[in-house]
Amino acid sequence: MTDVVSSGAARTSAAGTSLDHTPPSGEVTGGEPGQQPEAGLWGDARRQLIRKPMFVIPTIFVLIMTSLAVVPFLWTSKDPLACTVSGGLSRNPPSAEHWFGTSILGCDYYAQAIYGARNSLLIALVGAIGVVLIGGVIGMLAGFFGGWTDAILSRVTDIFLGLPFLLGAIVFLTVLKTRNPWTIAAALIILGWTVIARIMRGSVIAAKHLDYVQAAKALGASRSRLMFRHILPNAVAPVVVYATILLGLFVSAEATLTFLGVGLQPPSVSWGIMITQHDGYYHEDPFLLLIPVGFVVGTVLSFILIGDALRDALDPRLR
Amino acid sequence: MTADVTLDVEGVADPSRTGPALEVTDLQVEFRTRAGLAHAVNGVTFHVDAGETLAILGESGCGKSVTAQAVMGILDSPPGFVTGGQIRYRGKDLLKMSEQQRRAVRANQIAMIFQDALSALNPVFTVGFQLAELFRKHRGMSRAEGRKRAVELLDLVRIPAARQRVRDFPHQFSGGMRQRVMIAMALALDPEVLIADEPTTALDVTVQAQIMSLLAELQRERQMGLILITHDMGVVADVADRISVMYAGRMVEQAPVHEVYARPSHPYTKALLESVPRLDQKGRQLSVIQGLPPTLTAIPPGCAFNPRCRYAREECRQPPVPPLYEVADRHASACHFWQEVRQDD
Amino acid sequence: MGRYVIRRLLQFVPTVLGAMFVLHYLTSVAIQFTGNPVRAIFGDRTPPQSVLENLTRRLGLGDPCLEQPFNPCFSLFGKRLDAIFLHLDFGTDFNERAVTDIVAGALPHTARLTLIAILFELVVGIIVGVLAGLRNGGFWDYLVKVSTVLLIAVPVLVLGLLVRDFVNVKFGNVLRGVDGMPELISRGFFAPTWSSNHPWASLLMPGLVLGALSLATVARLTRASLLENVRADYVRTARAKGLASNRVVGVHTLRNSLIPVVTFLGTDLGALMGGAVVTEGIFSVPGIGRQVFAAIFTGETTVVIGIVTMLVLVYLIASLAVDMLYAVLDPRIRYD
Repeated sequence: MTDVVSSGAARTSAAGTSLDHTPPSGEVTGGEPGQQPEAGLWGDARRQLIRKPMFVIPTIFVLIMTSLAVVPFLWTSKDPLACTVSGGLSRNPPSAEHWFGTSILGCDYYAQAIYGARNSLLIALVGAIGVVLIGGVIGMLAGFFGGWTDAILSRVTDIFLGLPFLLGAIVFLTVLKTRNPWTIAAALIILGWTVIARIMRGSVIAAKHLDYVQAAKALGASRSRLMFRHILPNAVAPVVVYATILLGLFVSAEATLTFLGVGLQPPSVSWGIMITQHDGYYHEDPFLLLIPVGFVVGTVLSFILIGDALRDALDPRLR
Repeated sequence: MTADVTLDVEGVADPSRTGPALEVTDLQVEFRTRAGLAHAVNGVTFHVDAGETLAILGESGCGKSVTAQAVMGILDSPPGFVTGGQIRYRGKDLLKMSEQQRRAVRANQIAMIFQDALSALNPVFTVGFQLAELFRKHRGMSRAEGRKRAVELLDLVRIPAARQRVRDFPHQFSGGMRQRVMIAMALALDPEVLIADEPTTALDVTVQAQIMSLLAELQRERQMGLILITHDMGVVADVADRISVMYAGRMVEQAPVHEVYARPSHPYTKALLESVPRLDQKGRQLSVIQGLPPTLTAIPPGCAFNPRCRYAREECRQPPVPPLYEVADRHASACHFWQEVRQDD
Repeated sequence: MGRYVIRRLLQFVPTVLGAMFVLHYLTSVAIQFTGNPVRAIFGDRTPPQSVLENLTRRLGLGDPCLEQPFNPCFSLFGKRLDAIFLHLDFGTDFNERAVTDIVAGALPHTARLTLIAILFELVVGIIVGVLAGLRNGGFWDYLVKVSTVLLIAVPVLVLGLLVRDFVNVKFGNVLRGVDGMPELISRGFFAPTWSSNHPWASLLMPGLVLGALSLATVARLTRASLLENVRADYVRTARAKGLASNRVVGVHTLRNSLIPVVTFLGTDLGALMGGAVVTEGIFSVPGIGRQVFAAIFTGETTVVIGIVTMLVLVYLIASLAVDMLYAVLDPRIRYD
């Protein structure tokens, strides 16, 4: 409250004859008197998040999608690749037997959607983990050591940023004839680590200058202790936020790359393949397109909402 | 610094400039925030005459800047709202004016200088543009004319090489020079009342003195009423004619400056004076005001200062709030026990 | 300004060379691991050894370093740089048609498409962002917040398919059935796919699809930075100067708020180019992206590499231009 009303007024007193009796701690309370100083950033965030429907609902959705990917056989007893062409017409609208109908090849569409989650989410997860590891380490080294290390690593980051994500992935995967979830994830990692590196570098540099990190340094804390105990926990929040959003973007990247012909190919099963195969049947059977689209959009949206909620909860400036 | 500065930017000191220029009566401002209703200003009354300097003194968060912004009509609203009182410029109540009329008063009749010139000047425009803008928008001048006036103004506030510097951006100036630009901007349209909100707080001590003397000089020459908002007792003693002391959104003491120093009549003012280091008392421990100013969402009943006051009694902890007692000629104090405070030394 | 420009130009050269090398190395490693890409065009057939070797050499893929895993192939890289920068040679397709010729024929379509997308995202995005920012917390703000999140969550691929199928085809069919409906609308704006009769009008929908994602980002960025700036001290000063609120917002606040939008535009160009491949594929626009799309399907690796190399160069030059614009908008950078 103090800073609401004094918004133009003195924050620091330069003159010796100052009336500012407010102790320094009075300046940072920012209007939350009941807050315990020992409640950490993550603890605060967790308490705040579980009350937010915009976090809880997408999280539940993502958990369900994850269970599809991990244990698809609990969701359906059908084999997504056991396809029968009956009565000359392979495409069938939804029915009691085939909840989502059947695909152009006569496969059970519900089973395909269930099993499709695995490839889509695997690519996203491996991609995001790889990006966080590579980008995180490079950003941390650049930010922590500064100087020449920083100059070189930042240049390398700039160079990779010069390659537009989708175009780079297209070239790499076109030439690389082997296209499976691992190579697709590799393409995403190679072209996607830069943003994380920049975020990490920025927040490590910011954390490095925090007073208590300086104090720990003055007290003779070792480099590794400084890095892992003091700086990393402060720098990791924005990376977590962006990585969550990346998970969503990578789910849509799988669909896009597959559509362009440089992603997965049948007989693999993925949401991207489902979209690609059924582009063109919207007139008679729009559900063939709308079902995989629904899964992709739902998952991407969930990750983005979770990322947004995390950012709100983890950014103390927004409180 | 050159002594012979031409002052004919808008014609020197209008002889009609006498008497009360700005009168604020029972001003009330509240902030409607999520944390609750904050009573930032609770019935503030003061006036400033042409050619006079009134210092409004108080700790940060006491409502002095909010008062200034309410007078200018530039409160961030929401959350801030003026809920009562009058702000009269030459008898006309600004609060009853339309937004357009009110806008015409700003800069023309009442202008303001902000604390931190670096953030108060727009970083992406040259200072020349920002000065010329006033002439272009209020006086309908052309760009070239505006630019010419801008150079004259920079000369007036003694910025060297004004002709070149109008093309510079705020971040290219030093702190003191930037504050001079702010002053130039406030004086551009020759206002009758100037509100300076902590004009020297962000500056080095040596620069502070230069800026204050420039301000005082310009004020005298142009017969402006100056409202100097500050928490710095040292600045006040040098330039102010009268002092109003604010605490928790209220005036607790009003008096001519020498009166305040000689016979402070409110415990808060007294405590403030005791906390200023003085050369003649070198070696003595400085006294400190115990406790913190109240949060404005929960101002203590009765006298807001009572939890920190060494004179406080039961009466002070009960409503009503103590009124401003007239303790001497032109000297008022909002303390039930002002006599005791005055006698005590 | 001079020093900033020079520094930025000096950085430009190594960035271009670096990006070219990364592109080169990625393709080389891919070839080293999965073998001669030329073989792929023959599908299941096994071409005579001499034919294969001949074609491989002609396409510049005959260097023995391409058989040694992780060999950076510096000499091949040198040759490519030489071809690109000294002879403007970005390779050929299997019929010896130069990639530059392929691109030249397709360029006007892509340029128009991208122009529509950029205009759409900037004009609509900034307006929507400003309105949302000014009505912070209101219904309009909420609506913008929700719809931009939705837009960001829908991949260009999905949006493109849905718009084509349900707007241009289904709704378009309805329009085409209405008597007296101007051709420009029924077969132009709502043409199912790109139509040579309406080279601009039938690019409208693809352009909107391409710009939609970035529009959401522009709107959010504008809103966020406007909100940050309306509380800035210099905006308060502008109000204290007695300026009209139009001028306070339109000149003093907006100018500062647009700086992050311009920065975003630089990186966004790359995304637009990638998105153009998808959009042109979906709407059959005969632009550069469509050529990439087609080359992927025929397995003409060299065409893909050539075109993407060109696009990367265009992107890098455009980002350079945007950085210069950034310096014009923000004097603090200029005098750094």
